[in-house]
Amino acid sequence: MASIEFVRVSKAFDKQEVIKDLNLTIEDGKFTVLVGPSGCGKTTLLRMIAGLDPQTSGSVLIDGKDVTRIAPGKRGVAMVFQNYAIYPTMSVRENIEFGLVNNKVGKAEREELVESIGKAVGLSDYLDRKPSTLSGGQRQRVALARAMVKKPSVFLMDEPLSNLDAKLRVQMRIELIELHKKLGTTFVYVTHDQVEAMSMADKIVLMNKGVIQQEAPPDTMYRRPSNRFTAQFIGTPPMNIGELGAGGIKYGFRPESAVLSEVQGDEPFSVRGVIATREMLGSETIYQVRSDSGNFMVKRSEDLFAAGQEVFVGVAAEKLHFFGEDERRIEEKQGAYRDYLEALRGRSHG
Amino acid sequence: MDKQRLGETLRPYLMIAPAMAGIFLFVLYPVVFLGYLSLYDYNLMNKAKSKFIGFDNFAEIFSREDFYKSLSNTVIYTAGVVVLTLLLSLLLAVWLSKKSKFNVFVQAGIFTPHVVSIVSIALVWLWMMEPNLGFLNYVLKALGLPTSEWLQSSRSALMSVILVSVWQGIGYYVLIIVAALQSISPSIYEAAALDNANKLRTFWKITLPMISPQLFFILVIMTIGSFKVFDTVKVMTGGGPNNATNTLVYYIYENRTTNIGYASATGVVLMAIIALLTFVYFRLLSRRVHYQ
Ligand SMILES: Nc1ncnc2c1ncn2[C@@H]1O[C@H](COP(=O)(O)OP(=O)(O)OP(=O)(O)O)[C@@H](O)[C@H]1O
Ligand SMILES: [Mg+2]
Repeated sequence: MASIEFVRVSKAFDKQEVIKDLNLTIEDGKFTVLVGPSGCGKTTLLRMIAGLDPQTSGSVLIDGKDVTRIAPGKRGVAMVFQNYAIYPTMSVRENIEFGLVNNKVGKAEREELVESIGKAVGLSDYLDRKPSTLSGGQRQRVALARAMVKKPSVFLMDEPLSNLDAKLRVQMRIELIELHKKLGTTFVYVTHDQVEAMSMADKIVLMNKGVIQQEAPPDTMYRRPSNRFTAQFIGTPPMNIGELGAGGIKYGFRPESAVLSEVQGDEPFSVRGVIATREMLGSETIYQVRSDSGNFMVKRSEDLFAAGQEVFVGVAAEKLHFFGEDERRIEEKQGAYRDYLEALRGRSHG
Repeated sequence: MDKQRLGETLRPYLMIAPAMAGIFLFVLYPVVFLGYLSLYDYNLMNKAKSKFIGFDNFAEIFSREDFYKSLSNTVIYTAGVVVLTLLLSLLLAVWLSKKSKFNVFVQAGIFTPHVVSIVSIALVWLWMMEPNLGFLNYVLKALGLPTSEWLQSSRSALMSVILVSVWQGIGYYVLIIVAALQSISPSIYEAAALDNANKLRTFWKITLPMISPQLFFILVIMTIGSFKVFDTVKVMTGGGPNNATNTLVYYIYENRTTNIGYASATGVVLMAIIALLTFVYFRLLSRRVHYQ
């Protein structure tokens, strides 16, 4: 069990600063997901926790203790690498056992641990095989087992599912959630896949260019994005954003929050447009509507319209988001919120 | 129909025929001829005087003192060169495997002797090892260390030849091992660090097994090469002093004119020894080599 804390941490590679003055607390026992676009510094952050690439300045605390001077193997963390980093010359058993031997765990206890972990991840029949004879999913389990067997207080995972096919990925996702429930340890999970983030996280930490954009549970992240970047990163297709006009204020709504109708409704946001494209995805249909205010994506579960048809796009007041000039969210409590809503109503065109 | 079938069966043989002809002519025929010669008391001047003597040449080989002397020299030379080169090149490679400008420079420096002809190298070392005026003794004296007779004493001559061979060959093997080391994924080392493995254990359990195919290759290639050493001996010592550096191939060379049948028989014995050694290597070590 351990919490992790970053205090004013900076990290530079060859003078190029990747992370600057970052403060972050990862709670004990929670499943925290680091998410963000490629190159934003997720892996860098994870490697700083593990001690593989120590920070340039600032301090990383595990369980309140500064671990800057503590070797990776002595931090009580285990990591599942993106490419698994299984020892190719060792059998599955030796792979799992390696950390235990280094930690001077007795032979009898070691064997018992390996057997039980092997059973837990479904590798019992493969313990004496070489990793090169295993499938991708099985290798991933070896990497997991190797991490689990050390009973770490922190689990670090760097996009562990990105090499698996879609079906196996969904299955492993559920297994990881269950694993977290069973172990109750701190999980830090890196991904750039927002679906993975939404489905697994207790808390999402969204990063961009080395800066944390928002830390929140998945539903808050989705319902109340704290800035424009978050709003457009979470959700597919991304949130529609439009200019409100003066003051650089922008409004936004999610494709699934809009309704389409043939007659104009009385929503605060209502514009007329033409359906430019229609993608039928089975359970839902995605329309692209072209209007004088710009192009909007609309996602509906019913499939009533065809391309070329003229429609009204309407969005209810509580589904609208406003972002200020600094890209930050404008809360409903703020005085100006009403004015923006009115301004939007005034711009509606039929 | 039948003709077509025949053509089809013959075609592959036809296609490999040129290569096979080359192998027969330049590999198999000489080997067979070597075997043939080894059974004769062969007269180079007058072929008619040659006579078949069965295994007499072999019997002579195994009864002659100087054969055993050159065999033991060869074994000591091979063991020395193989062990020293493997150890040193492994050490150097581990040091040089970190990519930096300085390391590239050093590596190029170590590799240079491999580009230079062994004859030139042997000559240069011959001068340097000269006991009275040579560079090596000069340095040893300057450092207050005991000097050596180098090639001129039967006690140190073989060691000196080993030294030169190691010096000449090491760059090439360093290159192979460095390449092998650099191909190991860094994340494996990171995983080992997270598994709390210390440096020594990481080296034994991860680095060595990972480069074992290359090390095995070097071991086999170098053993075969060292057993056949000739040029260094020829240039530096001529087998002397007092046969202290006489190796098998040089021994064959010495007998080439006086007794070609005997020389051929020694060649056959050499071949058998190398084959046996290689076989033993594969039997003993192949299970410890991890191909991926
Ligand atoms: N060893 C390194 N040397 C120099 N720059 C590096 C190094 N490692 C990472 N960087 C840089 O740091 C930045 C963050 O990299 P990082 O690997 O943390 O990204 P990431 O968020 O994990 O991206 P991805 O989702 O693609 O894995 C990138 O701009 C990258 O170029
Ligand atoms: Mg990454």
